[in-house]
Parts: sequence; structure tokens; C-alpha cells
Amino acid sequence: MLAPAAARHRRALGGPWAAAVPLLAFFAIGFGLPALAIVTGAFTLSSDAESGAGSFTTANLTDSVQGAYWTALLSSVKLSALTALVGTAIGLPLAQAVVTSRFRLVREAVLTASGVLANFGGLPLAFAFVATLGNAGEVTKLFHLTDHGWSLYSFTGLAVAYLYFLVPLMVLTITPALDGLRRQWREAAANNRATTVQYWRHVALPILLPSLLGGFVLLFGSAFAAYATASAMVGATVPLISRQIADALSGNVLVGQGNLALALSLDMIVVAVLVMAVYLPLQRRSARWLS
Amino acid sequence: MAQLINRLRLWRGAVLFVAGLYFLVPMAASVWFSIDSPGGIDFAAYTGLLGAPGFTDALVLTLELAAVTVVVLLALLVPALIAARLGTARMRAVLEVVCTLPLVVPPVALTAGLIGVLRWGPDHLMDTPFFQTIVFIQRPEFPLVLVIAYVLMSLPLAYRALDSGLRAIDVRTLVEAARNCGASWPRAVVTVVLPNLRSALLNASFLTLALVLGEFTAASILGYQPFAVWVYSVGNSQGQMSVAVSVLSLLITWVLLLLLAAAGRERRPAPATS
Repeated sequence: MLAPAAARHRRALGGPWAAAVPLLAFFAIGFGLPALAIVTGAFTLSSDAESGAGSFTTANLTDSVQGAYWTALLSSVKLSALTALVGTAIGLPLAQAVVTSRFRLVREAVLTASGVLANFGGLPLAFAFVATLGNAGEVTKLFHLTDHGWSLYSFTGLAVAYLYFLVPLMVLTITPALDGLRRQWREAAANNRATTVQYWRHVALPILLPSLLGGFVLLFGSAFAAYATASAMVGATVPLISRQIADALSGNVLVGQGNLALALSLDMIVVAVLVMAVYLPLQRRSARWLS
Repeated sequence: MAQLINRLRLWRGAVLFVAGLYFLVPMAASVWFSIDSPGGIDFAAYTGLLGAPGFTDALVLTLELAAVTVVVLLALLVPALIAARLGTARMRAVLEVVCTLPLVVPPVALTAGLIGVLRWGPDHLMDTPFFQTIVFIQRPEFPLVLVIAYVLMSLPLAYRALDSGLRAIDVRTLVEAARNCGASWPRAVVTVVLPNLRSALLNASFLTLALVLGEFTAASILGYQPFAVWVYSVGNSQGQMSVAVSVLSLLITWVLLLLLAAAGRERRPAPATS
């Protein structure tokens, strides 16, 4: 077994690894250096500090989980968790309706639209929602929503806007898993006199659970990383960690706190890593389930 | 049983209807908002766009950035992924990790890290050639630092697209057949493997293009003005025009995805067997 593989290696001039060198080199410089800058910067006293510049400190990190910064981090996590949860809860029945639809056209249309809308984040989304539900928005004017206490520039408003790309993302993510549910399972359940609720509770949901959790985590990550929508739509009314980092970077920071942005970034990465650590094994497991 | 099926159909219809409403209303409202004016319907927001100050510069810069990003990304990723198919499982695993890692770093954090690196320039590297490099990648006419950021951000997307394309064809057999017929390595890859990857390459390029066209975070924090940042500044003064741009960007994404679907479909009639 070993000999042919070795021979192939020798034939391929330096082995396949040679072709990956540019990518790995780019990654090491483009990704490795910024990562290094974040970690070292987060633990270093800023160079513009009066004394002891460049020395090791945990002050940045301590500051980054206190006061307004801690509030922003919590608020980001809360917003992402809530929107991901609602997105999952809406996306699943929607995807199920699409998958079981008799009309091929409905399926194609919804999936194409989901592909477009899942990529429709950022600024355009913010402007579209301002035009729809903002203070001078068409729907707001039509139904006098402001009189009923509606405001787009709030936590709720932001959550409603985020769902506009999170729900389609969930539909795209969960559709393959729903396609993998065999019809025979449902028939078998029905033959054993299971009700629809029992079928979902004991058969479908346990099988879908890894995919659902994986989708939830993907949604969480997208909402957590979002910056443009929030900054164009709500400005500073809803505190978010991504906006705090941007503010800290674009200048108005106190002297000696230049590395605070890097410490905040490290916080953000830690949250994202924790979330990803849940996602990746689950994705593998669901792939095994539904192959 | 018939009753159950009817109830299910009703439920499905209701779900699709409510969802349709939620997703169509903001689009319709945006279109209406952008053409609604005191004097009736008015397309000034769209026609005025071309003449708006800064529009062309921002658009040209974005398109240039997008083109360079796509070229760099494919040039880095395609040879590596093809080689990984010929190589060991270990190599595939390493590349998967490398291409997935950027997902863990949100764009804001990546930008913070890049700024951290750029700050090393004046701080430590003043008298070295590295300093010139750092100045060079920050030129306002063509900020290469944005290309670096964009390549990293689109790496996971492009990797997924190319990897699924490569999975569908038997790279090893194709290359070995070409080599046995006397083709050189570059020739085997260019004339045999790449044509089979056409839709995956298009897929990766379109996703990257869409990402670069809409990217705001890195560009605005680093202080450049490609299209998205320009739209943001317009939005502060001319609400209607920013909504008009949003409507257009939605249409452009739609067209890109339809092109993608069309490109993918052309290859369908001859499915690869593995």
C-alpha cells in the first residue's frame, strides 16, 4: 500500500503540498499576523500610555469586561441568541412547508429567494427597513405604528431586521436535512398510530436536532458578527460589541487605551470560538445521520 | 385522512403566505419609498444616482477591488485544493481548518487586528523595507490591505463552493489520464480539471463578488471609500437615494444568483460519476 503512494509523491515534484504553499503563506501573513496583533495587543500596555509602554498587562482585558463594554457584549450575545432562536423557530416550519409542497415552482422560488435574502445583509437591509418601518417609513405611516409605541431604532427593531436575513439562512441550512427525512419513517409512525405531534416529538425532531442546533449556531454567528446593519440603522441606541470596537478604533479613545479595541476583539473571538466548538462536531454528526 | 391532508395543505399555505408577506412588504415599501415624492411618482433618486458626486469613483474602486480579490482568491485556493484532492487526507484536513478559521473572527475583529499590524509600521519598522510595504498596501488609490481582508473573509465561502465542485469529479483519475497521454502538469490542470470545475469556479467568484460589493465594516473602519461606504454617507443626507441603491443592490444580487443557477444548470445534463 505504501509503495505506490510514495512513488506518486515523488512524481508530483515536491508533493502536493507545494501547490498549497502560496495559500498557506498568505494565510500565515494575512491571518496570522492580525491574530498575533490581537493577542499581543490585548495583553500589552498601549504605547501611548505614559509609563511602562509595551509591558505585559491584563488591564485591557479587565476593562473590556466591565461597565459599558460588558453591557455591549451582553447585549450583542442577547440579540444574537434571541434572533437565532426566533430564526430557527420560524425557519423550520417554513422550510418544512417548502419541502413538502406539491409545487416544484414554490420550492425553487423560495430557495432562490432564500439564497438572495440570506446574502442581503449590511447596509441595504438597514436602509430597506428604515424605508419600511422607520419613523418616516411607508408601513409606519400607513398603520400609524409610532402611535402604538413602535420604534425601529430599538432592540426589537434590530431583531426584526436581522430576521430578514436569518430566517432565509435557516431555510437554506435546514432544507437538506428535511429532505433527508424518509417518507417511510412517517408512514411507519402513522401505522403505529402515532399522531403528527408524536411523530415530530419522537422521530423527526431527534433526527433533526444536530442540524437544527448547527443552524442555530450559524445564525448566532452571523448576527453576532453583523456590524453594518446596526450601525446604519440604530446608531448608538442599542449597545453592541462590534460598534464599541469600531468606535475604539476610529479614534475617540482615552489615552493609554489604544489596545482596548484589541482586547474587545479577543472577547468577541472567544465567544465565536465557543460557538464554533459546538457547531463543527454537530455538523459532522448530522452529516452522518442523514447521508 | 383526506381531512388531515386538507388541514396540512391549509397550514402550509398559511405559513408560505405569512412568510411571503414578511419578505415582500419591505421590498415593496422600499421601492415605493424611493419613488414616492410630494409631486407624485418620481424616479429622481435613480436617475440622480449616476451624477451624484463620488458615485463613479466609489463604484470603480469597488469593482477593481472585487476583481483583484477574485483573482487572488482563486489563484491561491484552486491549486491548493486540486493538490489536496491528489494528496493525503491529512492535507485536506489542514486546508479545511485553514479555510474555516476566518469564520471565527468577525470582520470587526479582523479589522482591529489588521490595524494592530499596520501600527507596527511606524512603531517598530521605520527603517526597514517592511515599512515601505506597509505604506504601499495602504495607498488610498488602491488599498491592498482591503484585498487581504476580503480574501480572508471570502475564504470560507469560496472553499465550500470549490470543495463541493471538486468532490463531484474524480480529480485523480482525470489528472492521471491526462498525464498518461503525455500532458504536462499545468496542461493537465488547465485543460482537463478546470473546465470540469466551471460552475464551482463561477459559484466561488460570484459569492466573493457579492461579498466585496456589499462589504462595509473593514472599508469604513480603515477609512476608505468604496461603494458601500459611499452609500452610507449618501444615506445620511439623501434618504431616498440610499433606499434606491438598496433596491438596486437587491436586484444585482438576484441577477448574480440567477446567473449562477443558469451556469450550474448547464453542467447538469452530464453528471459526473464517481
